[in-house]
Amino acid sequence: MKRILMATGAFAVSVVPLHAQNFDDPQEFAKQQEQLQAEPMGPEGQPWLQHIGGEMTETADLGLEAPATVCFSNAGVNNPWRVVGYTNMMQEVANHESIGDFVHVDAEGSDDKQIADINDLLAGGDCDVMIVSPNTTAALTPAVERACEDMPVIVFDRGVNTDCPVTFVHPIGGYGFGIQGAEFIVENVDEGSNVLMLRILPGVDVLETRYSAGRRILDEAGMNIVGAEFTDGDNAKTKSIVEDYLMRGDIDAVWMDAGATAVAAIEAFEDSGYEIPVFVGEDQQDFLRKWQDEDLTAIAPTYPTFQWRTAVIAAARVIEGEPVPAPEWVLPQPAITQDELADYVNPAMPPLHYAMCGCESMENYPDAWGGN
Amino acid sequence: MSDRTETTHARTRRLPQINPVWLLLAALVAGIILMNPGFVEPTGYMNFLKRAAPLAILAAGQVYVITSGGFDLSVGSLITLVVVGSSMLTNNDPAATYWVIPLMLGMGLGVGVVNGLVVCFLRVPSLIATLGMMITLNGLAFLWSGGAPRGYLPDTYRFFGRELVRDVPLVGFIPVSVIVLFVVVGILAWLMHRTNLGRQVHAIGDNPVAARLAGVAVNRVRITAFMLSGLSAAIAGILLGGFAGVSTDVGSGYELQAITAAVLGGAQLLGGRGSVFAAFGGALALTAIFTLLNFLGLPQPVRQVVQGLILIAAVALAMHRRKQTGT
Repeated sequence: MKRILMATGAFAVSVVPLHAQNFDDPQEFAKQQEQLQAEPMGPEGQPWLQHIGGEMTETADLGLEAPATVCFSNAGVNNPWRVVGYTNMMQEVANHESIGDFVHVDAEGSDDKQIADINDLLAGGDCDVMIVSPNTTAALTPAVERACEDMPVIVFDRGVNTDCPVTFVHPIGGYGFGIQGAEFIVENVDEGSNVLMLRILPGVDVLETRYSAGRRILDEAGMNIVGAEFTDGDNAKTKSIVEDYLMRGDIDAVWMDAGATAVAAIEAFEDSGYEIPVFVGEDQQDFLRKWQDEDLTAIAPTYPTFQWRTAVIAAARVIEGEPVPAPEWVLPQPAITQDELADYVNPAMPPLHYAMCGCESMENYPDAWGGN
Repeated sequence: MSDRTETTHARTRRLPQINPVWLLLAALVAGIILMNPGFVEPTGYMNFLKRAAPLAILAAGQVYVITSGGFDLSVGSLITLVVVGSSMLTNNDPAATYWVIPLMLGMGLGVGVVNGLVVCFLRVPSLIATLGMMITLNGLAFLWSGGAPRGYLPDTYRFFGRELVRDVPLVGFIPVSVIVLFVVVGILAWLMHRTNLGRQVHAIGDNPVAARLAGVAVNRVRITAFMLSGLSAAIAGILLGGFAGVSTDVGSGYELQAITAAVLGGAQLLGGRGSVFAAFGGALALTAIFTLLNFLGLPQPVRQVVQGLILIAAVALAMHRRKQTGT
């Protein structure tokens, strides 16, 4: 069923004018490239508290009293990234005495449900501050605007098309992710090398920008891109696609827009009897372990789950009347390199645990994240 | 079921007697070889068979349910549950494989029994009964794993889906999953076409009242069909988990692919007609379509349009042939 929906979606995306949203914006690309180099402000070693650029906004005049009730409208807990992030969040809530009650509503990946959820929370009248992780940008904008009229709102992960929230917490972004991986490939293979690009699915903004940035850098460096394939995030399909490419020629590097199927792609090389080429994965434990065990030439760009902590910290600061970075709280977006690999590999953690969680020093680590 | 007399009379009609699924498969394979001459090497076709194995096994099980006049939509989520459950239970312990695999096969049979009981005794149409089971099993898999898989599958478990038997004369190597494929399809084909069970499955799909009056234990046969489908899903799950590792949506979409493969092979929706070998051919053809479109390098949306059109055309051809032969 999901496949059919995806097919319909993909078809719709290909028919609807693509210029509706520009996924290859040179200005945004340049901005994020600059932010990757910038020195973040804030306490060192605690990236979830740091920010890149942006002014501070006073929140004392919002007139909240501790302890206050924080309501969280969540797009969903429907993939391992969100599972890890949500765990970070619940653990962070326990750190703040100023947060009395924490109400969580899960939209299960549906725009309609999330809009209804936000309206219900507003009608209930119990919330003092609202955190929103929007399912999609355009659809949730009106609901967030309504919430802004009643209370301070903090948005994180995906944004909304309004500046009414107190702040929008997010890491540097999709272009940054694409840049980090592609630059690593360019540094490690010769000009004209064969690069295979693997993508999850078309039409998702955060993934499209990763791809356009990666593609731009690989093209400019004169790489031979042998293909850009959609894997649906499916291990078996990923492995099959890579096997098919290996039957037709050598591959010198693999760029991926997300790392969940990276190990399956690596196994395709192993099982076909090829050496594992230069690899771009992500910060999932299974990939990091494989990288360490097989001594790969690899990099793991991240879309850090620690931003889920930051959203709670921002809410607590609003309640306490402390200043927050605004209108955007841009978090650092570190990539894991060979030098730091050993710090992030942890065999006790589940395979799809995202290592860049900023959670190692939290009280219930690793049990709450499913570790042993 | 047999048109042997007719064929001897009219030589010219011999060609359409071949199940069109094999012609389709031959055409697709020719296309693949044209695109990629490496396909005739053992690495090429063995990889192809390895990839087709889970779907082919699933289709061979599904054809029992379809021939008996039902649908089994629960197989995709059963695959997911088997993979997620195996990763939770083995918990990185290589020795656990020896009890986890039998347990998973038992679970497949168990889900089949429940499907069968609901259809037979609660009189819920199989489409709804197995749709409900699909949703339930998806929920169970999610509950069990908490939305993210918690363990790796040990190499002993992944043996069936990933390893190769090397130094085989003639072909060089055979993936273990291809051996599993031939054994399972062989047994299911024998059961369907050489035993009383197979005849009874056909009979209850064709006309359950007549079958009951003729002394067929309709409920028992129907439940057996669901059990075989569940068992095939468990085997497919073990192969898929072995091939590619753990993920939380490995089985999604497989239920429709299995039904499509069976229908491509000429199985009649609503029952009375179906062949295990032809469903096997249907699964190979379906996998060949995916592979060929991969090789052609068309953009994703175009691929999906082409894929859909080929499927409709192939099934229409199968129906046309049926009208011609009058069966």
